[in-house]
This record gives sequence, C-alpha cells and structure tokens, in this order.
Amino acid sequence: MTTNVIELRDVSKTIHDHQILFDINLEVRNGEFLTLLGPSGCGKTTLLRLISGFEEPTVGKIFINGKDVDGLPPHLRHVHTVFQSYALFPHMTVYENVAFGLRCQKLPAQEIEARVTEVLKIVKLEKYAKRKPEQLSGGQQQRVAIARAIVNRPLVLLLDEPLSSLDYRLRKTMQIELKQLQRKLGITFIFVTHDQEEALSMSDRVVVMHEGNIEQIGTPRQVYEKPENLTVAQFIGEANIFESEVIAVNDGKIIVRIQGKERIVKSSLNFTVGQKAHVLVRPEDLRVWDHSEVDDTNDMFPGQVEEVIYKGTTVDLMVRLSNNQLVAATEFFDEDDDRLEYAIGEQVWATWLSGWEVILPYET
Amino acid sequence: MKHDSLFKQFSLSIIWVWLLIFALLPFGLVTIASFLSRNDSHLITLPFTFINYFQLGNSIYIKIFKESFYIAGICTAICLLLGYPFAYLIARMRNRFKSLLILLIIIPFWTSSLIRCYSMITILKPRGVINSILLWLGIIDKPLPLLFTDTSVMIGLVYNLLPFMILPLLTNIEQLDHRLIDAARDLGANRFTTFRKIILPLTLPGILSGCILVFLPAMTIFYIPDLLGGSKSILLGNLIQNQFLIAENWPLGSAVSIVFTLLLAILLLIYWRSTRSNQARDLL
Repeated sequence: MTTNVIELRDVSKTIHDHQILFDINLEVRNGEFLTLLGPSGCGKTTLLRLISGFEEPTVGKIFINGKDVDGLPPHLRHVHTVFQSYALFPHMTVYENVAFGLRCQKLPAQEIEARVTEVLKIVKLEKYAKRKPEQLSGGQQQRVAIARAIVNRPLVLLLDEPLSSLDYRLRKTMQIELKQLQRKLGITFIFVTHDQEEALSMSDRVVVMHEGNIEQIGTPRQVYEKPENLTVAQFIGEANIFESEVIAVNDGKIIVRIQGKERIVKSSLNFTVGQKAHVLVRPEDLRVWDHSEVDDTNDMFPGQVEEVIYKGTTVDLMVRLSNNQLVAATEFFDEDDDRLEYAIGEQVWATWLSGWEVILPYET
Repeated sequence: MKHDSLFKQFSLSIIWVWLLIFALLPFGLVTIASFLSRNDSHLITLPFTFINYFQLGNSIYIKIFKESFYIAGICTAICLLLGYPFAYLIARMRNRFKSLLILLIIIPFWTSSLIRCYSMITILKPRGVINSILLWLGIIDKPLPLLFTDTSVMIGLVYNLLPFMILPLLTNIEQLDHRLIDAARDLGANRFTTFRKIILPLTLPGILSGCILVFLPAMTIFYIPDLLGGSKSILLGNLIQNQFLIAENWPLGSAVSIVFTLLLAILLLIYWRSTRSNQARDLL
C-alpha cells in the first residue's frame, strides 16, 4: 500500500502547439489537503483535468493508487471533480443531482437512497433534498456539488476554484467548512485556486505554479517564510526586495552590502563572495523608527514616509528610501512601540531583525 | 435622464401604434367579418351570424384540418430529426467553419421564399435537375414523378422551414454549459445517458420553440402546396386563401382564420406553461 494516492511523473501537456505544462513531477499524499496555487493561465486547471481524466498528458505518466491510469475515463479513476461554478444539473432536484452518479452505476434503489441521505446529512442539506439548484444559495449549491462528488466515495476530490464565485464573507465561511469536511471525510483534496490567502489558510501543502512549471512545493509556512525563488516570494504575500552583493561568507553567515550598508544575513544556500543577490523582507518584518527613537543607525536605511494607511490592527507605511526605492512596512500596535503616529514627509530609519530576511540568488 | 425617457416613450409609442394599426386592428376586423354574412357585391354584410363557424363542422373542412395537422406534424418531425444533430454539431464547433455554417443557414432568407419555391420546381420537374442527372447516370430509364406529389410538398416544406428549427435549437444548445456534460461524464454517465438525462431535458425549450416555429407555418404556407403539390393537396392556408380570393367568401375565410389563430394561441399557451424560466421563453 502506497502512501501516495497520486503520482505524476514527467508530465507535459501541449494543446494546439502551445505547451501548457512542463515536466511536472508531483506526489499527492493520502489524506492531505493539497492546493495548486498560481495566477490564471499557469496550467493549474489543466493539471487538474489531467488527473481527472478529461485530458491525457502529451508526455509522462499519472498513477492513481499505484495504477497507471493512461486512457482510463474519468469515472473509472476513483477521482471526482467539483467544477468551477459547480455545474449542477439545473433540471434535477438536489437529491437527483447527488444520486446521479450512483444511478449511472446502476446500484440498487435502496442503497442509492441510503447513501444519498447519508451524504446530504454530512453536508447539512437533508432538508433541501427536493429543491432545485436555482432555489439554493451559493454556499448551498457548493455543498450540493461536493455531496454529488463524495457520494461516489472517491479516493481524491478535485476542486476547481470552487469558491471563486462566492462573495468575500461566504468564501471565508466556506473555507473553514471545506477544511472541516475534509478532515471529517479523510478524503484527499486537491484544490485549485489563484487566491494565495485561501491557499495558505486551508492547505496542508501548497504547490506554487507559474507558467506551466512547479516553482515550489511545501507547507504554507515554508512557501511563505522560505520561498525558493523570486516568483514564489512575489506571488505569495508582499515582499520588499533589496538588491545586494555578497561581500563575505562565513559559516552560514553571509555579509551583504545593501545600498552602501553592510548587513549580516542567514541562509542555508551557498553564496560566493562577489555574487549578486536579492534580499527579501516581508512588510511585517520591516521596522520603521523615527529619528528620536534610535542611536545606532549603522545597519538602518534612511527614508521618508510617503503614505500612511491606517488599518485598525496595523498601520501600513510606504517609505521612500534614499536610493528612491519604495518599501512597504506593516507596523503592529504593541506595547513596545506605542508611537505609531507617522506623518507624511517624516524622515525615518527602516530596518529589520537579522535572520528575518530571505536571501536568494540574483534573477533578472 | 429626461431626454432618455422621452426618447424611450417615443420609440415605445411607435411600436404600440404600429401593432395597433397593423396587427390588432386587422385581427379585430377579421373577427367581426367572421360573424357577418356573405354578400356578392360588398363581400361582407349584416346580419351577425354564427353560420360560418357551424359550416366548419362540415366533414370537408374537418378533413382539411386533419390533413394539415398530419402534414405539418410529419414536416415538424423531419425538421427536428434533421435539425437537431445539425444544430448540435454547429453549436459545439469551435473554429471558423461555425460562422460559415450559420451564414449558410441564413443566406436563403435573403431570397424570397416564393422564388426559392419556383427553383425547387426546376429541380424536381420531370426534365429537372434530379431526373436529368439520374437519367444521364443511367440509374433510371424514364423520369421519376417527383413534382406534384405529397413528397414534393414535403420536400418544399422541410426545405423552407428547416432554419426555423435549427436556429432556436442552436441558441439553446450554445447556452448549454459544457461543464454539465463534463460533470455527467465524471459521474459515470455514458454518451447515451448524458444525452437522455442531461442534454435532451435541457434543450427541450429549444425543441419546443423550434417545433412551434415549424408546425404553425407548415399549416399555412399556401403557395408551397399550390406550386409543388399542383393544387392537389389543400392545407389550412390554401383553404383560407381560396375562401378569400377564389370563392370570395370572406366571412368563412375569416372564421377559418380565427379558429386557426385560437389554435395557435393554445399551442403558445402550452409552451408558455411548460417553460418556467424566462431564458427558455426568450428562445421563441
């Protein structure tokens, strides 16, 4: 028994002479909540359609539960899809929608009824069994779509941007509901989204995709805190990127020069002296001090406050550094720093705690 | 905006006036005429009477009604069988041939249907296109009797009315969300099940409106039975035309028209009742 429910080996897909996916290798673990995250057009939906069986890979192999599924139609893959905007059958009731898959399998009527009722109970829709999809709210339709898929007891549930048509509040509620449902059912979920916040808050692991390639696979924390390249860093969350040059390497500690200032950074990657590099600092890690608050400004960067955005729990600052680079800083209200009243045009020092940055090799 | 609403009211009133003068008024006149008596010099005259409607109970007229229903029904069935697969294929096309094919359906509308009817004669007549080719190929010895038969009337009707079946179906099938078909496949439905349980029910509004658009004119296009049937077959449309232009019995012709209009209204009402969504209603 393998612990990987799905494996993709060297999968490429070309549609009309246009390559959509490049050498994708991916292992999906049994029972996990995996998210395919990327901007639209990055190939994430195509990847989903390859797994579901609506498309066949041009090159490469896909294994589901250890079995090569080459040429196997969608319904024989033990994988079911929750489509974008749900694709519920509008002329059927909720009950008929959910029973559709079981009726296609020609199961005995008694079993169909038992299973449909059970699943409707799980998604809390037993009272709505006789309604038509159009009489349901967006969230309820979403649950019907999930019920219709899980009633067939799939190994893996594929969800193609299922929350994108819901409004912000409902989306938040459905995120929690989906996550709870996944835990309760123990089914592997592969979830496609372009919303990084959604990906980070729901997933066990995130697959960051960009232009048909997988850029990074990791836990939400890994992809946010330890992005492997600039693409990932820029796509997930905000990042201030400083251009720098390595001037000394000493046992995991790297000394870099940024805008004439020397700073010590930490990295497990190997850098050589003289190499150019990007130093990334998240806005929440960037500290801004006014002139009266600091004495030693050796490793700080002078700048001028250009914009102050009050957000309730935080204050967001836009600071123009002396080399004309604009950086974003998010300041939290806490007891250490009670003075958050910045004025536009105020001269400040920007800095961060050593080790909270990420250093990446230079990319153009 | 005041200017806008003024313009809107103006445009709407034009449409209303148009409908009043050219649709409601004539219909009112025909209704009145159907209750009047026949007069040789003035066409219609008092007193009011129901005699025209009683005359329709005559077995000859009943037979014409039945015959019209039968022929229109067959014509509708043929149009549906030919039109549905055609509309489905076009609707599912994704390339440039799609607009070309739609254009080909619409082009015949640019020529008067009467003229196209005459051209059908040149194709079907004993020394016409079809017979000449078959003779030349040596498949037949003498020309086939194609013209002035029930078959030629049916060919003419189907040829003229097929676009009215295809176009609403095309609109309906294009609106069909392809993900529903994907979803059905995903849930294990084969092609036949997908068609029977998903595609057919969802294109039913298109089928119904196509059938109405074919069935009703099929009973009334009088010149097709006239030209292609050699006046042998008489349909409802011919009956009305004959009463007005040949027998000069306007009251009876009016009565037939009214009965036919009521029939039409009942059919539309059934359609209206059977389609609940506005989207389906818009197809007609």
